Amino acid sequence: MSQLIQHLINGLATGTIYALVALGYTMVYGVLKLINFAHGDVMMVGVYMGYATAYTLGRQQQKTFLGVVAIFLVAMAGCALMGFLIERFAYRPLREKPRLTALITAIGISFALSYGFQLDIGFLPGAAPRAFPEIIVPTEWLILGDRDVVVWNWQVMSLLIAVGLMVGLQWLVFKTRFGRAMRAVSFDHRVAALMGIPTDRVIAVTFMIGSGLAAGAGLLYAIKDTSVSPLMGLYVGLKAFVAAVIGGIGHVPGAVVGALMLGLVEEFVVGYAASTWRDAVAFGILIIVLLVKPGGLFGRVAAEKV
Amino acid sequence: MESSVPPSATSPIPSGLRGVLPVLVALPVVALFEWALSGSPFATYLLSIMGVNIVLAVSLNIVNGMTGQFSIGHAGFMAVGAYVAGLFSLLLKDIAISGLPVAVSDQILLVGALVVGGIVAAVCGFLVGLPSLRLRGDYLAIVTLGFGEIIRVVVQNTEAFGRSLGLSGIPQTGGLFMVGLWVFLVVLVARRLAGSSHGRSLWAIREDEVAAEAMGVDTTGYKVRAFVVSSFFAGIAGGLFAHFVPIINPGSFTFVKSMEVVVMVVLGGLGSTTGAIVAAIFLTLLPEALRSAFNAMGAEGSLAQKVDQIRMPVYGLLLVVLMLLRPQGLFGTREIWDVLPRWIPRRRKGLA
Repeated sequence: MSQLIQHLINGLATGTIYALVALGYTMVYGVLKLINFAHGDVMMVGVYMGYATAYTLGRQQQKTFLGVVAIFLVAMAGCALMGFLIERFAYRPLREKPRLTALITAIGISFALSYGFQLDIGFLPGAAPRAFPEIIVPTEWLILGDRDVVVWNWQVMSLLIAVGLMVGLQWLVFKTRFGRAMRAVSFDHRVAALMGIPTDRVIAVTFMIGSGLAAGAGLLYAIKDTSVSPLMGLYVGLKAFVAAVIGGIGHVPGAVVGALMLGLVEEFVVGYAASTWRDAVAFGILIIVLLVKPGGLFGRVAAEKV
Repeated sequence: MESSVPPSATSPIPSGLRGVLPVLVALPVVALFEWALSGSPFATYLLSIMGVNIVLAVSLNIVNGMTGQFSIGHAGFMAVGAYVAGLFSLLLKDIAISGLPVAVSDQILLVGALVVGGIVAAVCGFLVGLPSLRLRGDYLAIVTLGFGEIIRVVVQNTEAFGRSLGLSGIPQTGGLFMVGLWVFLVVLVARRLAGSSHGRSLWAIREDEVAAEAMGVDTTGYKVRAFVVSSFFAGIAGGLFAHFVPIINPGSFTFVKSMEVVVMVVLGGLGSTTGAIVAAIFLTLLPEALRSAFNAMGAEGSLAQKVDQIRMPVYGLLLVVLMLLRPQGLFGTREIWDVLPRWIPRRRKGLA
C-alpha cells in the first residue's frame, strides 16, 4: 500500500514536469496549428542556460533564494528570446504554406539544436551528460511511517509551480485582452487580422511564453534528474508532446491531465513492470487514445469541408 | 491514321519482353560492378550503404511523396526486416541447397531471408497502417513515430533478438549484386506504381484527400496499400543492411535513422523517385567526401573526425533552409527525364 502511494507521488511529480512542457506545446498548437517539434530542444537549451548561470553565480550564491530565482529568470528570458527568433525566422515565412512544410522545419530545428549542442566546438557543451548543480538542496518534506512514503521538497515545489502556472495560463487565455486575441487568432488568424488584431505579435508572444515555460519546466526536470545532456530535450519533449496529444492538443487543462496520466503510468510501469518498457507504454497509450478519440481526450475533431 | 496507333504498337520490342527487358539490362551491370569492386572493401561497403539508403528513400517516397502521408517511423520497419531476415539467416546458417555451388545457394537463401523479412515488415505495415491511416497530417506523423519507437523497444526487450546487444554472426552473404537487384526492383515498383491507376489514386489523395474521397477513391484502402508496399521495401533494406554489417542492434534503427530517410525524401522532392535516389546518393557520399576533403587539407584527423558529429545538425539546418527556399525539394515531383535538356531525344508522351 505504501509502495503504491509512493509511486503515486513520484508519478504526479514527473507528470507535473511533463505538464509544464506540454503546456507550451499546446499553446503553440492552439494558436499556430503547428506541432512545434523543437519545443523539447528549446527546453534543453534553457537548461543549459540555467546551468551556465548557476556556475557564474558560484557554489554558494546558486543555492540562495535569489540565486534560484535568477537562474530561472535568465533561463526563461533566454528561451523566450530564442523562441521569438525561431518563430520570426523559421515559422513566420511559412505561415501561408502547407502545414507539412512547417512541421518539417520544426523537425529540422529540433535536429539542429539537439545535435548541434552535442558538438564540442566553441561554447557548445559536447555530447557527454553533465551533473546539474544542486541549486535546491533536496530535503525530505514529509515522511510517513518508517520511510515508507517520502515526499521531497522539489516534488512539492514543482507541483506548486506547475499548478500555479496552469492557473495563470488559464487566466491569461480566458480573462485578459491578450487571451481573447489569442483565442481569436486560434479560431481564424486571417479573420482576426481583418478585425484589427496584430496577428504576428500575438503569435510571437504566445511562442515566447511557451518557450519560457519550457525553460522553467526543463530546470525543474534537471533538478529532479540531476543531469543535463543535449538529448534530454528530444525525449522529454516527445513525452510532453504525447501528453499534449492525449489531452487533446490545444486544450490547456487537457495537457495537464494527459501529462499527469502519463507520469503516473510511466511510474507504475517502472515500479511494477520493467523500466525498459516505459517509452513503449507511453506511445502505446498515445496510439490507443488517438484511435479511440482522434482528437485526444478533451479535443474536438474539426469537421472538414470539401 | 498513323497517329491513332498507340505508341506501344510501334515499339520494336515485343510487349511480352518489355517488362523483363530492364531486368535483363540491369543484372549484368550490377554484376559487373560487384566484380570490378571486389578488390576494394570500402567502396563495396559505401556502395552497399548507398543502395540500402536508396531502397529506403524510394520506398518512403511512395508514402510520403506520392500519397502525401507524412510517416516518420520508417526505421521501425527497417528494424523488423533486419531482425527477421537476420534471424532467418542465422537459423539456416549451416544449410546449403544441394546440387548448387555454395555461392549460388547462399544467394538463394539470402533472397529467401530478405523476402521473409520484407513480408513480416509488410504485415507490420498493414497492422500499423489499417488503424492509423484514418488519422491525418500531424497526427499520422506522431503515430508512425510512436510505432517506430515501440518496435525498437520491443526489439530491445526480446530475448530472441539479443536485447540491446543485438544480433551478431549473421552470415555476411549480402553483396553489391543483391543490393543492386533490390534497388532496381524498388525503383521499378515505384515507377510502375506511379504510372498505374493505383498511382493516380495516390496522387489524388496527395493533392486533396477530401476531394479524392468525394470522387470515390477509397482513401484509407489506397493509403494502407501504399504503406504496405513501402514497409515491405523498408524491411528488405533492413535485411540487406543486416547481411553486410557485422552486427545489428536497436541503436541502428532509432528515430534518427527515420529522420535521415525523411531528409533524403524531402531533399530530393516529395514525389520524385529520381529525387529520392539522387538525395540518397548525395547524403551518403557527403560525409565521406567531407572527411576526405578535410584529410586532404591536412586537418590532421581532428576536423575529419568531427564530420560525423556535424552531419546531424547539418541535416537539421538543411531541412529548415530547404523548406524556406525550396519547399518542393531538388526535383519537385519531376523525374530525371522531365529535367533533361531539350536536345536529348526522348520518347514523347501521349500520341506517337
